[in-house]
Formats: sequence, structure tokens, C-alpha cells
Amino acid sequence: MSTATAHTDHHHKESFISKYVFSMDHKMISKQFLITGIVMGVIGMGMSIAFRLQLAYPDTSFPILEWLFGSKWAPDGRLDAGYYMALVTMHGTIMVFYVLTAGLSGTFANLLLPLQVGARDMASPFMNMLSYWFFFASSIVLLSSLFVETGPASGGWTIYPPLSALPKAMPGSGMGMTLWLVAIILFIASSLLGGINYVSTVLNMRTKGMSMTRLPLTVWALMLTAILGILSFPVLLGGGLLLLFDRGFGTSFYLSDIYLGSAGALEHTGGSPVLFQHLFWFLGHPEVYIIILPALGITSEIISINSRKPIFGYTAMVISLLGIAFLSFIVWGHHMFITGMNPLLGAVFLVTTLIIAVPSAVKTFNYLATLWRGNIRFTNAMMFAIGLVSFFISGGLTGIFLGNATLDIQLHDTYFVVGHFHIVMGCAAIFGMMAGIYHWFPKMFGRMLNKPLGYIHFWLTFISAYVVFFPMHFMGLAGVPRRYYAFTLLPEYGVWMDVNVVMTLAAILGGIAQIVFLYNFFSSIFIGKKATQNPWDANTLEWTTPVERIHGNWPGEIPTVYRWAYDYSNPAYDVDFMPQNIPDEGADVELFETTTPTEPETKDEPAKETANFFTLIKNWFKPRTV
Amino acid sequence: MEDADYKNKVHPKKFSLWLLCLGILMLFAGLTSAYIVRRGDGNWFDFELPNAFLYSTIIVLLSSVTMYFAHRSAKRDELKGIKIGLALTLFLGTSFIFSQYLGWKEMQDAGLYFVNPKEGDKVSASFLIVIAIVHVAHIIAGLIFLFVTLIKALNHKVHKKNTLSIDMCNTYWHFVGLLWVYLYLFLYFAPDF
Repeated sequence: MSTATAHTDHHHKESFISKYVFSMDHKMISKQFLITGIVMGVIGMGMSIAFRLQLAYPDTSFPILEWLFGSKWAPDGRLDAGYYMALVTMHGTIMVFYVLTAGLSGTFANLLLPLQVGARDMASPFMNMLSYWFFFASSIVLLSSLFVETGPASGGWTIYPPLSALPKAMPGSGMGMTLWLVAIILFIASSLLGGINYVSTVLNMRTKGMSMTRLPLTVWALMLTAILGILSFPVLLGGGLLLLFDRGFGTSFYLSDIYLGSAGALEHTGGSPVLFQHLFWFLGHPEVYIIILPALGITSEIISINSRKPIFGYTAMVISLLGIAFLSFIVWGHHMFITGMNPLLGAVFLVTTLIIAVPSAVKTFNYLATLWRGNIRFTNAMMFAIGLVSFFISGGLTGIFLGNATLDIQLHDTYFVVGHFHIVMGCAAIFGMMAGIYHWFPKMFGRMLNKPLGYIHFWLTFISAYVVFFPMHFMGLAGVPRRYYAFTLLPEYGVWMDVNVVMTLAAILGGIAQIVFLYNFFSSIFIGKKATQNPWDANTLEWTTPVERIHGNWPGEIPTVYRWAYDYSNPAYDVDFMPQNIPDEGADVELFETTTPTEPETKDEPAKETANFFTLIKNWFKPRTV
Repeated sequence: MEDADYKNKVHPKKFSLWLLCLGILMLFAGLTSAYIVRRGDGNWFDFELPNAFLYSTIIVLLSSVTMYFAHRSAKRDELKGIKIGLALTLFLGTSFIFSQYLGWKEMQDAGLYFVNPKEGDKVSASFLIVIAIVHVAHIIAGLIFLFVTLIKALNHKVHKKNTLSIDMCNTYWHFVGLLWVYLYLFLYFAPDF
């Protein structure tokens, strides 16, 4: 393939700017996403420790808070009540969108999709670069809202109107809220540019032999994540636009003639705040699967590699991913059971919600069945992957409680909800992300992470996560509401003070664990042990690329794929693993019908275009010609 | 990225465009669903669509015909036809925006403003204008796309063997045109349900 070598030669001359800043190489962009995600993660976690201090010691003065947030927001070292809400809001926004959406799928989709499907780069490297820079701009805008006079958005990460629609409603509804909306619009642009690219790359740029049924599960998961993003983010954009018009121009989409202490009776009439909730949760629910699916895909890969066993039930895994992706669009109402919706509609959402337990259980069963009697290697990545399975089970079970409308009406807006989603989507996804970082660090930086430090990181994080979030369920059952600044005034909530102290101490322990990780991560980039080409004896194509990372990924031809990604401990072979690009010995290499593909005649024109949409879909599922 | 590296029938850039169209469709699905949900809440003023919107619909359909003509000319290597077709489409696209403007003016004359304080039932007009403006934004993107393709055509870079840009322009233009037809029919029939 002469063009292939030509391609790799093209890019040898690179300036610092084109290599490290405005890079169009997917591997560099993945590192940019990861590092930005880590920075945002540190900020988000720092905020959580600050407000956990407030919850555990509401009457104590912490000079460090005043030093951090200034005397306006933390006078005498005690967090201002409004700023507490702002921190909660920003923590949620940062963690959900910036760390677990962009940081997780941005990093791993960029790194893995081209490498695992056998492509030299993304479908459009330029759009890919734009995707990162939109994300970067969005992060800057969001963080800048911390420094405006009225403080950042503080109506919760779900930005329900009227608090978000009415600039006068409270300080956090002013400039901070506007910046929040601008940041999210930039974020949506980034997410769409990235998502479109990811899907095109997987569906159109697979190498020879890489049929859809041979794709590693990471690729399936990342692709479905991107599809969810393409379908759901535009709806939030629509909802956000209406919100901007309500804020800026005085329309009445969400605002009605409510009375406000600070502003009197509003001039608006007839708006419906519940309408916003519909639009928000139509994104919001798929969003939680946008967060968890990549983590599930990464876990499938890592558990199979480190159990030295084929993944149990590959087809079931793919179908359950498809099922979760589909169901995620028809369950958004379960966030709105208490909005006074028609009970029949509530029952429909209840049923669809509980059905999600089926594909989720299939996945959990398959993880456990893959581990069962496997030759398990407890690498750092494997520890985190198993940690994900644990969180996915314990957090998923409480989801069944909350999916029931009757129970939800009691538990809504209590700490039960906080505990549930932090475990099933926060911790599980973070553990998936960590597993991915430990596993693919050698691919990203050519060096290994320090293993003992990895174990310390895992155990401290795992223990602290359960100690922080598990007691929340009991608080929620007792009716303790979320988003309260202090519980000291009410005796029925005050009995939980000791628990709050334990949770805060555990959160600080979790923060210390992340410092261990940060040290490990950044020092290993420079002083880590040099990685070999395939340090984990894995089958997928990314480990066939050279350790030193090059533009175009493979120096010569792109490898051809002859098998699925999970041939571990196959008794048919003498070796423990059989990479996807190695043909069977003595086997006829041409596994499928062979047709000579038409070479494109000019640069812009690919093969003769005869396909319509349906033949295209058929082709995706047909094994590729070799 | 080079073309020899993948052996499939659809160019990734074209496929990306389809995905983009899907995303845009979801944006309007969201907005029109919001329309339905809000209308279901009651306190809603139904009114007849301005006449100019009918002209918009006719113009956008005509522009699809000229776009088809330009695209067909490209496939047949008739360079002159490409330029004429694209220029006509560009003209019709601009006229579409003008007809939309006339429509909004007609609404204003009827007392239906974008912002109707104290008349909560007239949020129906706000909805209509938001939907129309967001659609016009996509038409403007299409006009830029058309303009770039026209420049390419004037530089003889669009011909039988190099149809990618006009193919994509064609897809996008038909898409935003049909999108308007959907929106028009939706807005036209919504008061009857």
C-alpha cells in the first residue's frame, strides 16, 4: 500500500505547535483530553472536599477555605450558604460533563477507535482537533464563572428554571448562569464534532477483516456512546436555547407569573418549568449511559485480558449494550415522578426503567462468568475493572428502588439518590476510567505506571468511595434531603452528624489517594519503566503498533484481521493468546469471498459509489473481504 | 487521510454529514416535541401561519430542484450546468431567508411578537419564531456551503471525477429543505390536533 507509507512520510516535519498544541493526531488529542479531564477532575474533587468539610463541621472555621475562595465566599473560614450551592452545582457539572463525558470517552475514543479498528487516524482529524479545542474553551468559560462577582451557577447541575431562567432570582442565577450555558453550548459543539467522527471512523474505516462482529467491546461501547451523544445533546441544545431566550429576551417558555421575594410578581405568564425538565432529562438520562458505557467497554476488555479467557457471551455483551443504549431514550421520565405526571405515564416510565436491569444484569453476569475459573492476573487495571463490577452491582441495585415511582416519591431529592448515582455512575465510571488509564498508559506514553503505587491508589480509593457513599443510602431512607447547607438546626437530621464526619474523613482519604495517582501518572511519563510493545499479552490491534508513537500508527501496511479479539487460552493454539492480526497456520488466508475493491480515481472520490443506505447497513454486518 | 486505506462504499466525510443531519433532526425533534408538550398544557393561542411561509416552502422546494440539476450536471460533467444550478440555488436560498423575514413581519403586523409579556398564550408565536430562526441558521450554513462549492466549481474543481463536495452540498441542501417542509407541515397541522 504505497499511499500508506506516503502518508507517514508527509507528517515528519512538525512544529511544536502542530505536534503538541493544535495537533490533529488522534493519539495526541487523546492525551490532551485526558490531561484536561484530570485537571478538571482535581478541581471537581477539591470542591467536593470543601463542601464535605462544611457538612461535617458546619460550625468550625477552616482558614484554608477563606484562603481558597476569598473572604466573600468563605468569611472567617466558613463557607457561604450560596457558595455552598454553587460548589455543589459546579462539582456536578464538572464531574458529569467535563471529567466523565469528555475526559472518559474523549480520551479513550480518541486513543482506541483508530488503533483498535485499524485506521491511520479519525475520519476527520481536523474536526477531531476542533472537538478538543471546543472542549478546552468550554472548560475555560465554565471555570471563569468562578470568578464573577455574583458567583457561579448555583441552581444544581440540572439547572431547572425558574432559578436558571430568571437572572434576578439569586446571585448564582446571574452572570454565572449565563457562563454556564455558554460553556455547555461549547461543550455540545465539542461533543457532536467528536461523536460524529467516532461513529464515522468505526463504521467506515475498519481495516480488512474487521467485521462488526470482530470489533473489541471497547469499540462497540465507545461507538454507541457517540451515537447516544449525537441523538441526545441536540435536544439539550434546543432546551438551552429556549432558556437563553427566557433569560435574555423576556420570552415565557419556562417562566410563569410566579411571585419572587426579590423581584415581585413576574411579568411572564404561561411558561412551563416542567417543559425544561423534559428537554433536560431527554439528554440527561442518555447522558448517564454516555458516562457508563465506555467504562463498561473498557472493563470488558480488561477483564478478558487479565482473566486470560475469552469474554463470556460476546454477542450478549453487544446486544446488552444496544439494549441499554436504546432503552436510555425512553426512561427520562423517572427523574420526574414528582412533577405531577399522569400516573399512567409514570407507570410506563417505571416499566421501561426496570427493564434496563435486564441488559445490565446480563453484563454483570458475563463479567463474573469471564472471571470464573480464569487465570486471573491482578494488574492495577484489573483491580479497577473488578472495582467497577462491584460498584455497578451495588449501585445498580439501588436503581431498582428508585425506578419504582411509589418508592421514588419518598426517596426523591434525598441522600439515597446521591448515594445511588455516585456509586453506579460516579464511582463505576471513574473506576472504568482508571482501569483504562492503567491499562493503556504504556500505549499512550511508552512507559509503565508504578505498580505498588497503583495498588495503594486502588485500595484507598475503593475503601473511601464505599465509606463516603454507602451510608448515604441510610440517610436517604431516613429522609435526609440533599442540597442542604447544614443539618445542625434540625434534630432529626442532626443525628447523622457523626456519619457525616466519617464520610468527610473518607472523602479526604480519597483525595489523598488521588494525589498518589497524580504523582504516579506524571512521574511515570518521564521516569516510568520503558514499556514493551505488548505488555499485557493482549490481542487487539493497538498493541501491534510500535512503542514509539508515529503519525499514521503503523509504519507499513495496516494489519489485516483474521479473528475476534478474545482468543485467550484457546486450546487450539500452543500459545496463551492469539492477536487479531495473525492468520491461522496453514489456513486459507482468504477467509471470505474476495472481490477486488475499486481503487479511487482521485483523492476526493472513493470507490464507485453504488451503495444506498440499506446496502451500507448490510455491509456493516458482512465479514470484510480479506 | 487517504482513500486507499478503507474499502467501503461510503466516504467517511459523507457519512459524517449524515450523522450531522441526524443530530440536527434531533434538535428539531426536541423543539417540535416541546411545542407539542407546551401546547398540551393549555393556555395556548392557535393562529394561522403567515402566507409568506407558504412561499418559503415553494422556494425551498424549487431550490431543491435547482440543486438536483447542479448535482446531475456534475455527474454528467456538464461544467456550465453545475455553475448555473449552484448559482440559482444560492439565489433561491437567499430568497428563502427573505420570505421568512416577510413571514415574521406578517406575524408582527398581526400582533404576534417573539416576546409577548402578559399574554402567556402567545408563547405559540415565540415557539414558531424560535423554530424558524434556528432553521434559518441552518439554511445560512447551507448557503455558505453552496458558496464554497460554487467557488470550487468556478475554479473547475467540481466535475465528474471530483463530486465529493457537490455530493455533500446536495445532501445537506435537500436535508435542510425537507426539514423546512416538515416544519411547515408540522406548524400548519399542529393547531388541528
